[in-house]
This record gives sequence, structure tokens and C-alpha cells, in this order.
Amino acid sequence: MELQLLVNGEQRSVEADADTPLLWVLRESLALTGTKFGCGIAACGACTVHINGTAARSCSIPAAAVQGQAITTIEGLAGGAERHAVQQAWIEHQVPQCGYCQSGMIMAAASLLAKNSNPTDQDIDAEITNLCRCGTYERIRRAIHAAALNISRGDVEATRGEESKEARHG
Amino acid sequence: MGKWTRRAVITAGSLVGGGLALGVGGIAFAPNRIGILSKGDGKEAAQLTTWLKIAPDNMVTAIVPHCEMGQGVHTALTMMLAEELDADWNLVRMEEAPAEEIYANGYIARAFVPGLSDVPKFTERFVDWGTYRLTRLMDLQVTGGSSSVRGTGFLGMRVAGGAARTMLIEAAAKRWNVPVGECETKLSSVIHPGSSRSATYGELAADAAKLDPPVHPQLKSADKYTIVGKPIPRIDIPSKVDGSAKYGIDVAIPGMLYATVAAAPVFGAQLGSVDATPIANLPGVKKVVKLDNAVAVVADSYWRALKALRTLIPTFTETTQRKENSETLASTIGRALEGDESKKIFSSGDAAATIGGAAKAIEAEYRVPFLAHATMEPMNATARIANDRCEVWTGVQDPLAARKVAADASGLDADQVTLYNQQLGGGFGRRLPGAHDFVDQAVRIAKEMSPAPVKLIWSREEDIQHDYYRPAVIGRYKGAVDSKAAPIVWISKFNGAGGEAAHVPYAIAHQDIRAVKFGSHVRQGSWRSVEHSQHGFFTESFIDELAHAAGKEPYEFRRGLLEHAPRHRAVLEKAAWISGWGAAPAAGRARGIALVESFGSIVAEVAEVEIVDGRIKVHNVWAAVDCGYVVNPDTATAQIEGGIIFGLSAAVFNEITIQDGRVAQSNFNDFPLPKIADAPRIKVEFIQSNAALGGLGEPGVPPIAPAVANAVFALTGKRVRSLPLKV
Repeated sequence: MELQLLVNGEQRSVEADADTPLLWVLRESLALTGTKFGCGIAACGACTVHINGTAARSCSIPAAAVQGQAITTIEGLAGGAERHAVQQAWIEHQVPQCGYCQSGMIMAAASLLAKNSNPTDQDIDAEITNLCRCGTYERIRRAIHAAALNISRGDVEATRGEESKEARHG
Repeated sequence: MGKWTRRAVITAGSLVGGGLALGVGGIAFAPNRIGILSKGDGKEAAQLTTWLKIAPDNMVTAIVPHCEMGQGVHTALTMMLAEELDADWNLVRMEEAPAEEIYANGYIARAFVPGLSDVPKFTERFVDWGTYRLTRLMDLQVTGGSSSVRGTGFLGMRVAGGAARTMLIEAAAKRWNVPVGECETKLSSVIHPGSSRSATYGELAADAAKLDPPVHPQLKSADKYTIVGKPIPRIDIPSKVDGSAKYGIDVAIPGMLYATVAAAPVFGAQLGSVDATPIANLPGVKKVVKLDNAVAVVADSYWRALKALRTLIPTFTETTQRKENSETLASTIGRALEGDESKKIFSSGDAAATIGGAAKAIEAEYRVPFLAHATMEPMNATARIANDRCEVWTGVQDPLAARKVAADASGLDADQVTLYNQQLGGGFGRRLPGAHDFVDQAVRIAKEMSPAPVKLIWSREEDIQHDYYRPAVIGRYKGAVDSKAAPIVWISKFNGAGGEAAHVPYAIAHQDIRAVKFGSHVRQGSWRSVEHSQHGFFTESFIDELAHAAGKEPYEFRRGLLEHAPRHRAVLEKAAWISGWGAAPAAGRARGIALVESFGSIVAEVAEVEIVDGRIKVHNVWAAVDCGYVVNPDTATAQIEGGIIFGLSAAVFNEITIQDGRVAQSNFNDFPLPKIADAPRIKVEFIQSNAALGGLGEPGVPPIAPAVANAVFALTGKRVRSLPLKV
């Protein structure tokens, strides 16, 4: 069937079976390969995207079910800015190792910060349940706190960019 | 094989457009010097490895013959080359070497000759150490064994950088007609301070290319370093935060089809029959491909291929292994341990006679299960067979070996196969040679679909159930202390190779360390830190048990047995110091310590644990590391942090069990990994001993399981002797 998807602020029309997970439509139909396949059962979070600004695991959401909703992938997170505050913090703290899980981690962290601008360690533990096999958790925690600080200091361009784009199209 | 003779094989040549290319061939290794050696018959020239290019625009390109899987090797090796070249780091870039024989790095394996250093495990199945089967070595382009920096970096990249710098100085001195000794280098330029002249490397490269390379280029002493030893940001990281980094699974080739596969659940079984009619008319399904031990579906999307595959009900041949389970395998190991056949790993004194008369003797049996690698990127490979050529896109830890697998599967010669190695979404040993089954499958499927390219993606279930697992091992230990509470006997027997991992760093007079053979139908492979992952747990648990048997404090007990090993003792002391070992932890918590040398590095870890809701919670880990010299402190720290989490997954979280001959687990729901909430705070400190470089990718792993087990004992009085630890 033909699906109408709003991805990173653009209307996209794709042909896919109704039950195709959003993950595979993003990766194979739209060539947005920054969103990764890890488990297929929503257990690892490598496929995390934003749906209307909230983190969601795209391997277990039929693409047909999110037509008309604002879908943001790692490629669109910065929303026109060079980098989102979370991406910047990820570089400053040299978080990624193999990097495969990090798109999902960054999307999960950005979603957390959008809801909770100053998360505690307990908030991070509760909200960030993505898996990283390289074991970068210590740096992820540090980078989330750093991103929160940068956003509170006024470095909010990237997050605003994403929200405004979603508001404009959504 | 021919006799090796010492001859310089640093070779330089001109680049198209007037630059310099420089390579270093076979490397001779001796404990105290680096030389260059070549095979007398001239074949060595073909083994030349080009590691450096300098273009007229003054850009330096380091060519790195190793894959990047997050360990930071692309950055670290480039740093080592740039340092000796005196290059401006901002004018240096990196290319990964293509999968061609000239970039074989098997010679690195020769640097790890038994007796000189520790033997990287990944070479074992290729190398007959008695005779040096060189041809096999030259099939390797491997990244494993924590060997890249201490092998390629130390023996190759530095030499290439230093040789190029020498030639650039010589070119400048000739041009200016001044003595070589009056010239200096800085930030990719040669400078003659006396006449205030300078020229960039790019300007000099074409002249330098005409000169003879030096035989033994002068290398810097560490106090002159300006790049090495600094926390240089990794060059692969920016692309890993915006989704632009490309892994094997991201490859897109025009006209590409998608495949997924189901192999026989019981290892060793073959495909029987499969009825393809249920999926014949499904939209987008192209073909059902029968392989020897697996069935694959090819479709126009992964999702369609997966849905169709799950509809099929293939049958597989019956094998006797279907009756095996974890318990029967453990019984088989037990029988082997009780048998008379064993291989001596190490012995000293007379352990058997001494233990009888000792003041106090103890014994214990430890068990560790099979483990999956569970790289976050599931196994995948894309292949195209067309016009008598085979092309493969995949991420592997040895592209040359994978190219050979592709050649065999396609029926073509290796020189008709091109392998484009991609970034790896995790390796940990799963993508080493001997474990490239996914490449074999992709090529066989592509052959059926020729000329269309096919991307084969394994489901996570396939990945967990068809790994090459960390071997399950049972170790039986006996030890004794004398009347002064000093340990005098250490007896161990276990299945598997053991090798140097089974050695004990402590001064114990009477030792008898033996290994028994154990084969099983379960596929086994190298898992980050290889045998150290089992033996670190065994040795460091049992030395703790001996300490308690002797009535001694476990840290002081270990320390007292390391008089002969000052580096080990310094590492142990550092870990105790940074963890505040002497001070009591918070109420309800306890600490454990462990010390393991692996891959040339010595690591001690202290774990602080609490039991929360009946589960082990590791709050803090302190690690002290002596890897000789730290090339990139931030990357090095990251490798130890990651190694601790990786080791923690085995210590507390997961195991692979066998039921009815097959793996019982299938995905992250039943093979759980630690999450951020489970991750301890980690503090890592290095000791710069300036000893020979050790590895860092693996040595962080082994000490954590015993450190946690020893902490659990300190907390509960209960000695847990099998992994994953349960209380």
C-alpha cells in the first residue's frame, strides 16, 4: 500500500506492506540508515526515533500506524542546526565506540531532555534503557548531564529547531 | 620456507601528481630492537605494505591495515605515524587499507613469538608455531588479539613515519645545500633555522620520493612526543553522532535484493526438505535458496524476506547431538577432567607430593558457560556475482580471510573477488577469521540471484543461535598453605587450551597446571579476551579462597606473593589506593579485588557491590592499568571502561545454554545485556611504566568477574563458583 509519512519535516510517499515496521521503511525505502536494526523486538533501542517528539522503537511500530505523525530520525535531529546539544555533548565526551547503538541512544537522550531539562542519574537510569555492547554507559551518563547544562545555559538552538520543524509540519 | 635475511624493505615511490608513497615490508622483531627484514627470493616486495602518502597539497594520508570497531585504532595508528613524521595533526587523514595481499599484516603475528611475548589467540588456528607457515600468515589482515597498536603501530606506523621524515629532511637539505643535521621538522614542514628557510612536506614530497629510504630510521623518545600520549579526539566519532557512519548493514547497491536465513538449529545438522509453495505467491518474494545447512529467502525487502522465511517449515537432518544439553556437556567435560589424558601447561616443584603434607589444603570447582558475542550490528554481508567477478561488502575483523571465504563460495579465484570492508557495529571476536559463515552464505545466495546484488541480514535470533561461542569451561583447583600461612601448592585442571591464560602470577613453589581436550558440536570461537575471560575468573577466585584459607586479607595476601613481579604489584597497589581499599565501604556494601595480565597489559580491578532485591548490584569499579605506554589516554580509558561492562555482562547477566542440542536463548529478552542502570561508576588510572606496549581492547575484561565474585564473598560469606553469579 502507499504510505504518507512525515519524516524530518518532509512529506514522503512510500510503497510498503501495511505491517512493515517503520524501521525498514526508513532504512530501505527512504535510505535513512542512521536508524539501526538491533533486535526486532523493541528490546535494544538501536532503532529509536522520535514520534511527535517522543522516543519510540521503530522496529515494532508499523509504518502505516504513524502516517501523518511527525517522525524524526537521527538525520533530522539537529533540525537544520549543525548539531543538536546531545550530539555536541556526545562528541565532547567521546561517547561512541563502535557507534552502532548511538543513533538510538542520542534519540532516547534527546527525548528525555525534551521532557526533563535537568534529569538526575535516577531519571537517566529509568528512561534510557537502550543497550550498548561496547559499554559506553559511563560516558552516556556524563554526556546527558553535559547536554542538559549546555541547554540550560542557552545553547538551545538545535532543540528549538527540531520542535519548530515538527510544529510547522505536524 | 626460504631463509629470512635482513635487508631493508622500506620502499618509497612517487605518487601520480608528484607526491611520496612510502611503505614498510616484513618487520623483524627482537626483544630490544626493531629491524626490517625481507625474504631473499624477492617475494617480500610483493608483501610491501604502503602506510603513508604525502600529496603536493601537504596532506598526509596514513593507510591503516586494521578495521575500526570502536576501539579507536584508526586514530591511534594514525597518531603514531604522524608523531614520527612530525606532521601537523590537522593535515593528516586516514584510509583503511583495501583487502589485498600487500596489506596482509600476518607478519605482526611473528612479532608475538612464544617465549618473547604472548601469542595472540586469533592466530592459533592459522599458525603452526613450530614451523612458521608463512603462507597462511600472509592470508591474514586481522584485527584482534589487542595487537594493532603494539604490532602494526609500534613496529610499522612509527617506522614509516620516521623514514618519511628522514627522507623529507634529506630532500630539503639537498635543495638548500645545507647539512642534514642543521634541518628540523615541525608541523609538516622542514625548517632550516640558520637561514630561516622552510618548505612544506608537500613541496618536498616529489624530491623525497627519489631518495633511498633509510634502513633504520631514527625514532623519537617519548619525551619528544606532541601527538602520542595526548587525548586526541577520535576521527570516527563525528560521523557516529549524526547517523552518517556507514556499517556493513547500511550498504546500498542499485538493484539490490534482500535475504535472510535460518540455519539448522542443532549444529552439524543439514537441511532436509523445505516446501516453498506457501510463500511462492507472496508479493516481493524472489526465491527460496537451499544451502547445505540452511534455508534462505530472497525478496525485495528485508521485511518481506523475514516474513516469508518465518512461514516456511524446513526440516533438518537428525543428529546424535540433538540429545546434548548443558548438563550432558558438563558431564562430558567432567569425565575428561577425571581421565588420564592431559596436557601440561606449567609445572614446578612437586605439587602432588607437597599437598599431602601441607598444613591446610582446599579444593574448588569453577564453571563458566558458553557466551554469545551479541554485537549490536547483527551479522550481514552484501554480495554481487556478475561478469566473472564477485564483490562483497561487509564488516569483518579480517577482510583478506573473508575474501578467501567469498572466493571459495563463489568458485572464483581470490583475485576475482573484491571485498569492501565496512565499519563494524561491534566485533569482539565474532567477525574474526574462521567465523565468516555469513559471508559464505551471502555469496552462495548471490550466486543464485546473479547478477543481482543481495544483502543478507541475520535476524537477532539467528545471531544469538548461530554464534561461535566463548567456550564453556570447568576448572578444578587444589591449593595448600604451609604452617606460616603462605601458599605452597597450586594445582589446576580444566578443559580447553588454557595456554598462558592459565599461568599464575603469584610466587607459589609447587604448581601443576594441566588442560584436557573437550570437543563439542557447539561452535566455539574467540570472545573478547579469549581464555583470559575464563581463567581470570578461576585464578583470581581461587587465590582469594587461598587467602581466606590462610586467614589473610586478600589484597595483602596477593601483594605478598608479587615480590618478583614489581609491575604486577604496582598495579595491584594502585587499584587498592584509588579504591580506598583500606577504608570500609558504605553499609551493606563490600569490595573485591582481582589482578590479571593479558595481551601484554596488567590490570587490577576493585568492584564494590551490594545485594539489592536478591540481585548483585555493582556500584563502583576502580581499574589500574599498566600497558607500558598509553598512546591515546582517552581512547585507552574508554577501552577499559567498555571492557569492564563487557566482562560484567558475563559476570552477572547472561549465559548461553544448550537444550536438545541447540541454543536455548534467542534475543535480548533471554540473553540480557547490562543497561545504563546496571552500569557501575568506573574510574581508570594508568601506570606509565614504559615497558613493552601491551594491548587495551581486551585486558579490561578478565578481572571484573572475579572482582565481583570476591566482593560477593566478602559481603555474604558465600563463594559463588559459576558464572553468571547468582546469590
